[in-house]
Amino acid sequence: MTTITAGVDIGSTGVKAVLFDGSILARSVLPTGWSPAETGERALADLLLERGLRRTDLARVTATGYGRKIFREADDIITEITCHAAGAFFLEPEARSVLDLGGQDSKAIALGGDGSVVDFLMNDKCAAGTGRFLSMTANLLEVDLRWFDALGEGETHPISSMCAVFAESEMVGLLASGVAKEALARGVLDSIASRSAGMLQRVAARGPVLFTGGLARCAPLLRMLERKTGLEFRSSEHSQTAGALGAAVLGAMKARVRRATVV
Amino acid sequence: MRRPIISSRRLLPERGFRFMATLRSSRALLDHISEESLAAPVRVKEAKERGVPVVGTFCVFTPWELVRAIGGISVSLCSTSEKPIAAAEAHLPRNLCPLIKSSYGFALTDTCPYFHFCDIVIGETTCDGKKKMYEYLNRLRPVHVMQLPQTTEGETARALWRAETERLKSVLESFYGRTITDDALREAIRRKNRERRVLNRFFALARLDPSPLTGLEILAVSDYLKYSMASEEALGVAEELTAMIEEERRLGKRRETAGRKRILITGCPLGKSLHKVIRAVEEQGGGMVVAFENCGNLKSSSDLVDESRPPMEAIADRYLHIPCSCMSPNPRRLEFLSRFCGEYAVDGVVDVILQACHTYSVESFSVREHLKALGIPYIAVESDYSQGDEGQLSTRMNAFLEMI
Repeated sequence: MTTITAGVDIGSTGVKAVLFDGSILARSVLPTGWSPAETGERALADLLLERGLRRTDLARVTATGYGRKIFREADDIITEITCHAAGAFFLEPEARSVLDLGGQDSKAIALGGDGSVVDFLMNDKCAAGTGRFLSMTANLLEVDLRWFDALGEGETHPISSMCAVFAESEMVGLLASGVAKEALARGVLDSIASRSAGMLQRVAARGPVLFTGGLARCAPLLRMLERKTGLEFRSSEHSQTAGALGAAVLGAMKARVRRATVV
Repeated sequence: MRRPIISSRRLLPERGFRFMATLRSSRALLDHISEESLAAPVRVKEAKERGVPVVGTFCVFTPWELVRAIGGISVSLCSTSEKPIAAAEAHLPRNLCPLIKSSYGFALTDTCPYFHFCDIVIGETTCDGKKKMYEYLNRLRPVHVMQLPQTTEGETARALWRAETERLKSVLESFYGRTITDDALREAIRRKNRERRVLNRFFALARLDPSPLTGLEILAVSDYLKYSMASEEALGVAEELTAMIEEERRLGKRRETAGRKRILITGCPLGKSLHKVIRAVEEQGGGMVVAFENCGNLKSSSDLVDESRPPMEAIADRYLHIPCSCMSPNPRRLEFLSRFCGEYAVDGVVDVILQACHTYSVESFSVREHLKALGIPYIAVESDYSQGDEGQLSTRMNAFLEMI
């Protein structure tokens, strides 16, 4: 009998869920909304329905993300740091570090050869360098978030403010002085890349770096990160659900250990 | 301090069943200690009314022995709540260490009983923010600022600090119209050394594996002694508590919390507002704080004043060598970390840095390197007195414990 596990990553902006049986069976992403716990339950229920499974078919459910503690269905609760590391190791066994840029926070994780966490850093109480900073910019420039993904090379106008709130007023001023919105957008990506590069340096990150979280889809940002760090960056189609995947992978390991002890 | 201290032995029969007596006793004593700490403002008020000099202090650099030798009590001024910060920001910039803003805000709003009753404040030039804040604080109460050298090394630094200690002595003497005698200094040295030894024996309980103390219990006892003015009664209670816990442990009657990761806390001072860090470490049974190498606690109890030397010199030299990040270089902090990590069998170190505290923030890199060489996992967290980052702190601490 195959063991099926689920990982549910309740993030600040999105809830990600993955069903796992040694490979990825199904995955989903829902906007978190006002009730993180309910959205988490719905995400899991939807996936089960999609695969024609019942809750009792799952060997373990592991919750992660900032809403992990309020998710009642969970057998295990593991932080997103450990889960991202496990997810990254499953997706890219060669990866030696992870950069996760999510909606509310960003983290740099140095990995051991076995996918364990060797060191990590998270941003402190600050929106700069996170998805929130990018969506704020998108609002200001009246563009869609996907618009950033298609930005080509070109003039980059630097943003000097360290704080997202100050950066917004700085951008308003720059737009008024006639700076092109593409140049400004590259400037914002550049500032996110600089902060992230600094975090990676502080955990002595080595390449290849698996780039995860909502911002990992942004190709121009990935190129800037490579230039700034001199490390190889990889993105995966599962980048956004890497945390949920890691949770499911860790759940599967735990289920195996349990079975071994019972037998 | 004539307040009768209820002996824990007298507490026992009212509190518990006989077969639970040993388990109940250290709990009862810890409860008693927390209650006593709450009564500290009343005791300061009574002392003030009896004409006892009340000296306000902020920092472990203040030579406690001089205050005792003038016949006074030293009270640790409030500095760890978010509440008065908004008021302080009327005069101080927002982008400043919360401890400085809180200290000033408490004085400005007259919401700290210790500040209210103190005659004079002693401050030290431990950082730029504090030394400038004292200029404003001096408008509210006389403030004497001791000029700390920027280094502990060399004859000049030592001479400066000895002169500053002498200057404090004459300031106190003329302020109170009393004389500080060598005999009084020697008595004060012996008393404070005794307090340090009592604390060290208590702290050492956490060397046991598993530790019979939680991080918050360690701080509760440390605070209790801080506000008890090293009274003989309080020292007796702390000694009794230590003996009880040892005994309970021997009989297997102290709670067991095996398998938790043993954490040492270093960095900035930890007041009530930063208990959130300890809670994040100890929640869900993940970790256990076994040692505090931040301001106060092990950092200040470990060094005694040499009782065989001329008192003023011995006092000055002991205080100068406190391994604070305001000193450059500050190799003793790393030595302390190595030593305590060994003695307390530490699994990981958490460095708590207050927002805008440049010296601790800069030292974080060398502490990280030092511990890496020792193979001890390290994490630094920057925080302030607001409670809004509890979720983030909990994620960091849980992930750190998972990593160890």
